[in-house]
Order: sequence, then C-alpha cells, then structure tokens
Amino acid sequence: MVRGASIVSDWRQYVVYIGFALIFVIFAITLSDRGFLSANNLLNIARQTAIIAIMAMAMTFVLCAGEIDLSVGAIAGLASVTSGLALSRYGLVPAIAAGLCTGLLVGAVNGSLTAWIGIPSFLVTLGMMGFARGLGMWMSGTSPVPVIDDTFIAVFGSGNIGPVPILVLWVVILGALAHTALRKTPFGRKILATGGGETAARYSGIKTRTVKFQALLMTATAASVAGMLYAGRLHSGRFQLGEGDELSVIAAVVLGGTSLFGGAGTVIGSIVGALLIGVINNGLILLGLDFSQQLMARGVLIVLAVALGRSQRA
Amino acid sequence: MSESSNAVEMTGIKKSFGGLQVLRGVDFAVKQGTVHALMGENGAGKSTLLKILQGILTPTEGSITVFGRQMNSFSAATSRASGIGMIFQELSLIPSLTVAQNIFLSREPRKFGLLVDDRTARERSRVIMSELGMDVDPATPVQKLSTGQMQMVEIAKAISQDARILILDEPTSALTGVEVERLFSLLKRLSADGAAIVYVSHRMDEIFEIAEEVTILRDGRNVATAPVRQFEIQDVVEHMIGKRVGSFSWRPRSVDRTRSPALEVRSVSGPNKPINASFEVYSGEVLGIAGLLGSGRSELARVMFGIDAMTSGEIRVKGQAVRIRSPREAMEAGIALIPESRAREGLIAAHSIRTNLSLPRLGDLARGLFLDGTKETASATGLIQRLRIKATSSSVPVRTLSGGNQQKVVLGKWLAMNPEILILDEPTAGIDIGSKTEIVDLIRELADEGRAIIIISSELAELLAVSDRVLIMSDGRIAREVSRDEISVAAGEPTGSADEGVQIAKAEHNLQVLIQEVRLNAPTY
Repeated sequence: MVRGASIVSDWRQYVVYIGFALIFVIFAITLSDRGFLSANNLLNIARQTAIIAIMAMAMTFVLCAGEIDLSVGAIAGLASVTSGLALSRYGLVPAIAAGLCTGLLVGAVNGSLTAWIGIPSFLVTLGMMGFARGLGMWMSGTSPVPVIDDTFIAVFGSGNIGPVPILVLWVVILGALAHTALRKTPFGRKILATGGGETAARYSGIKTRTVKFQALLMTATAASVAGMLYAGRLHSGRFQLGEGDELSVIAAVVLGGTSLFGGAGTVIGSIVGALLIGVINNGLILLGLDFSQQLMARGVLIVLAVALGRSQRA
Repeated sequence: MSESSNAVEMTGIKKSFGGLQVLRGVDFAVKQGTVHALMGENGAGKSTLLKILQGILTPTEGSITVFGRQMNSFSAATSRASGIGMIFQELSLIPSLTVAQNIFLSREPRKFGLLVDDRTARERSRVIMSELGMDVDPATPVQKLSTGQMQMVEIAKAISQDARILILDEPTSALTGVEVERLFSLLKRLSADGAAIVYVSHRMDEIFEIAEEVTILRDGRNVATAPVRQFEIQDVVEHMIGKRVGSFSWRPRSVDRTRSPALEVRSVSGPNKPINASFEVYSGEVLGIAGLLGSGRSELARVMFGIDAMTSGEIRVKGQAVRIRSPREAMEAGIALIPESRAREGLIAAHSIRTNLSLPRLGDLARGLFLDGTKETASATGLIQRLRIKATSSSVPVRTLSGGNQQKVVLGKWLAMNPEILILDEPTAGIDIGSKTEIVDLIRELADEGRAIIIISSELAELLAVSDRVLIMSDGRIAREVSRDEISVAAGEPTGSADEGVQIAKAEHNLQVLIQEVRLNAPTY
C-alpha cells in the first residue's frame, strides 16, 4: 500500500532515476581512466551536491504548494555571514542560533508577504534575493568573516564520521525527514492539496495561506542551514556564497519530477536531481571542458531531461 | 414586404452530433426592429441554434437567410460580415485595455498606415457611446468598469462593427437592477432604430418587459412562436416543460418539527448576496432552495460554510450561536458543503480518489505525527463501496472518472466527516441519469439518518422529489416558502401509483410558475 502513494505512475515520473543511471554509466565507462569511479571522486560529488540537495528538499515543498522561492542562494550567503559573525563574538551555540534565526526571520517575511498580503512569491523572493545579498554584504563590510571554531567546522561541512563525510549524513537525515513529512504526514498532504487545487483545498477546510507561509519558512530555514554548511566547509562566511544556487536548486527539483505548477513532487526525486547535476558537472570537468563549455553542456542536459520528463497528459 | 422585413430567417434547421439529434427542424425568424425572446429549458437546443447563427456550427440541414440573402457558407467571419453580433455572456473584452482599444481591437485606426492611432479611436468611441446614451470614458481600462458597463462596451463594439442583429444570452444574470433598466432602455432604442435583437433568458419577467415576440424550443423543436402579449407565465412554462413525465417521484417522509431546529439562519447577509436571509432546517428534514441563475443561492451556501464573509446576522446550530469565519469553523460546527463547481471547488483532479477523500479529515486519519496509511486506504475502500464509485482502485486520479463518479467522490469526502448539516449545491449538475437517481436516493437516506439537508438545485424535478419544503430565492432574498402541502395540492390528488410521474411534472410546472411570479411581484428598483 505504501508504494501506491505515488499519484501518477507512468515511466516519465522516473525519468530522473533513468537519466541518473544512464549518465552515471556513460561517465563510468568513458571516464574510467580519469578516476570517475574512484571513491574519492564519488565522495567529492556527494560533498559538492549536498548543499544544493538540502535546499532542494525544502524547495520541493514550496513548488508542490504552487509557489517559488528565488531567495535561497542569497539567504545562504547571509546566514553564512550572520553565523560567522556570531561565532567569532559569542561562540558556537549563538552562532547556530543566529544562522537559524536568519532563515526563520527571512522566511517569515517571505511567507507573510506571499500568504497574507497576497504578493506573488516570485516577486517577493526576487526582492528578497537582492535584499538579503545586500544585507550580508553590508554586515560583513564586503570582507569574508573567518570561521575558526573547530566544532563548527566539523559539524557543518568539513568533518567525517568514519569514511562518510558529515555533509552526506546531513543529506541522509534531512532527506529522510523531508521525505516522510511530504509523503506520510497531514502537513505534506496539505502542501500537495494547496498546490494541486487551492480552491478545493480551501473548501476542504485547509488553511491554504498558513500552508504557503510554512512552505516559504521551510526553504528559508533550509537555506540558512546551507549557509552554515558553506561557512563550515570554506572556513569563512561570505555574502557571495550561494550565488546562483536558486537556479541549480530549482533545476534539481524540476529534474526530480516536481511540477512547477504545484500539486505533485517527491523529495527523493529532488535529491537525485541534485546528484544528477553534480555528476554532470563532475563528468564535464573530468572530460576537460572549460567552464564556458560546462555551462552550455549543463544547460542543454537539464532542458533535455525536463523535456523528457514532461508528462504528455493533455 | 413581410418577407423582407425579416432580419433573420432560419428554416428547417437540423443539427446532430454523432447520433444525437439536437435540433429537429427549427424555424426561427426575427423581424427587423423587434426584440425576439428565445426560451427553452437547458438542453432544448437554444445554444446550438445560436451557435449556428453565429457561424460556429454548421447545420446538418436547413437554410438561413439574413436580410434576404441566403447564407451559403457558415463561419464566424461570414456571420459577422452579414451583420450578426453576439454579446457574450462570458465577456470577450480584454480587461487591461481601455474601452476604446477594446472597441477597435484588431481593426485600430492607423496613423501613417502603421502606427495605432489611439486618439482617433477614443474620439470615434466617444461618438458611438454617446449615440448609444452610454456614459463611459473611452480612455478607462475595462477592468475598472462594472459588469453592466462592460456589457454596454460589448454592445458598442458590436454596433461599431455594423451589427444589425444582436444576440444576447442571459445578459442580466450578473447585473444590478439599475443596470438592467439601463440595458433595457438601450435595447429598446436599438430596436426602434431597426436592429433585430435575439434575447435569451430564463427570466420571464424580463421577457414580458422587453420582448415583442417569443419563440419557445423544446427537445430541438420550436413548439411556439407568437407575440409575447398572447402568453401568460403558465403558457410559457407549459410549452417549455410539455407533457413530460417526471423520472423521479416523491416519497412521503415525516419530519419532527417540535424539537429545536438543527440549523437556524437569522437575518444573514453576505458581501453582496444573500440579503437578510432567515430560515431553519430540522434534523431529518430536506430543505430545497430554488431560484433563477444569480438569485443568490450559491452565495447563501458559501456564507453558511465560511467561504464568503457574513456581514450581518446569526447562525445557530442546535440552538447554539456559532461563529463561522472559515470552512474549518463550519466543519467544527458540523456543517459540510458539496460545492457548486465540482472541478474547481470539490476536487483536486490530478490527485487520487483516496487523497481527495482524505482531504477534509487529515487530522482524524493521523496517528501521532503520521498519516495512518492502512486506516486511510480502508476508509477510502469503504466509501468507494458504499457509494458504488466505479474505479479500479482508490489510487487512480479522479480526473479519469466520469462526472457521476467524481461527484460521488465529493460526496464521500464529506460523508466521512459525518456532518449533522449537509448543504448540496447543484449536486446532480452534468451527471448521468443513473448517478442522479443514486444521489437522490442517498440524500433521502442521509435525511432518514437524522441529518439536516439543504439542497440547492436548478433541476426542479429532483428538488421536488427530495424536498420536504422549498424556499424560493430572488435577487439575494428568500422570497417565498413553499410547503409540501402546497406542492401536493397543486399537483392534484394522487390517483394511483402510475400517475406519480405526472404529479411530479405538475408540481414542477407549479414551482416554475412560482419562481417566475416571485420576480414579477418583487418591488422594482
């Protein structure tokens, strides 16, 4: 019965998994001499993908609810600055609190403006994207904020538990939580219902405004966690961190089969979507393409995958 | 001379879709300078006939002559070129453009043969508007106008394209009283200037006021064409309904009205409609609400369910005053609504039957933080069986189901909530006769279980088959209450079970007349 939870069940829904397997195999064969399959390289892919994957999980909820959040990258940058500043002045716990509060606060603003004032989330978060980036720049005086606390660095981004990078652990734990929340809780249902048919959801007694607020709160909070992971990994908080991530995140989610129009999507799909983008990036680097060629190839591959994944239902 | 004075002459028009014969030889002629009403029940063939006149559909047989000239090809363009203008019910204006830009859309006056000349368009619009006695600034964006003004612009647009035959389909359903008066004086002026106007409406008071002639369609045939003054309301209804034998029959039930009512609505008003509505429903009772399109029936339901705000008044459930500001609060008070629009308000089309069924009661289906999948599936399977929903499993998307089965899913959603008070808004619209019968039976069953039921329906046969009492709404107000006795008396004494259908048909006839009379007797504005 659990497997029956999927809403549409044609092969196109699984295009991200097929695409991932296909591209992985192609790279494994063509790039075997350049170390694509080496444990080191694979862990590297996982590490590079993790932060995008964490934001993509939350973005799945927002897109499923029929909204969008363009400010995630900027929030990550801002949170890396706020947590970095708090870390150097007040210590570990205040740093984490500062990072999370940054996300909650920004998310509450995004959510309120969208849900209760009724401004489209596209515009609200477009504005917030600039505002958060500017705020981070202003707070840090445009210079990087050094992050030198060993615990912070270990927990956020750089540590390993045995052979497993802690970043991968973050993805697994948060991924399991997010997947369960979307698939198995009343909250997840309300998200899908709000995006699938807002009027019908409202007529069913669902507080659709609250649901949208919660979804936008989620992305901003996830983005602030991502910001702290950036800070831990790069040993500094910088307002530029996460620049352009909103596009990678949305690409990962849509690749993963989530509808841009709301009402359908999976967290696991989004994680695999993020991995797919990571594998493509890595493979293209190993192939020796320079950055400009990587960008073009990545663009083509993403559009292709999404086009294949589009359902044909009229 | 009499031949040439006809603006439109449609003779022996037949039209069939697949094997279904919708028009079976209709003759329809409209004289120049008259307003000609076209009437008939839903499905009588009115809109098909009008679509043929507009050139959207091609008749299977028959000929059309416009101003003495035979139409040989049928297309929207030829119709328009021969002077036929349709005033759309769903307005065809572009809200963000100005009045003038809309009037001259796609045939804008040009400057240097290239640039759009807005100023000339405005001036020419102003001339047209003032000739028609309209007081609207051509530079105003259409979205800032009232519905009535938009309709005026729509008419101005048609006139500016030299339309001399205007078709209006239910033009007043969204208008206020003053706007209706203004529309009527404009139509009278246009017809005095020689335009031929085809006027479609269910509102007989309007027909009697504005039209000179009337044609009544029934089952794809024109059953009467005559000057309006030769008719009384009863005659029109008689022609529209005919000697049809109803397919539903009334089953006597008893309602205990000595206990306090399940629901009391006291002087309730909404944002626009309803106005000062008061009534009560008892447990085990089915209360029908009848009225024409736009009479405020659905608005009343929406206020009771907390979708539209209640601006004044009070709602009591089992004697206790309740505050209903959201569907959630209505549900907590034990009220459920089967909404008017199944597709938009009732269901999430792409989601499964099970997901849709669970939607109003996610809290009940959860164990701790999580949804109980087993319980959810069991509950869905139970409802599918109870309501005889035809589907291979509970996980198929509801959009793949037929209309009747979709409606059963909506019913199931709310039955699972076990509501004390169930409001059904047009529960049988657009579904097959088999499902209709099942839903009618289900409504009786639910009332027998002791629930209070309110049913809103335009299909009077069904309304009469289930209702213990009927309220008639008009212009947002509850205009009249009709008791079962009144209906029965009008229908005559039962003479045997074989005559049940005839009785219902008589009752339907009687109720239709009452609905129309309520409007005739209403105070004018």
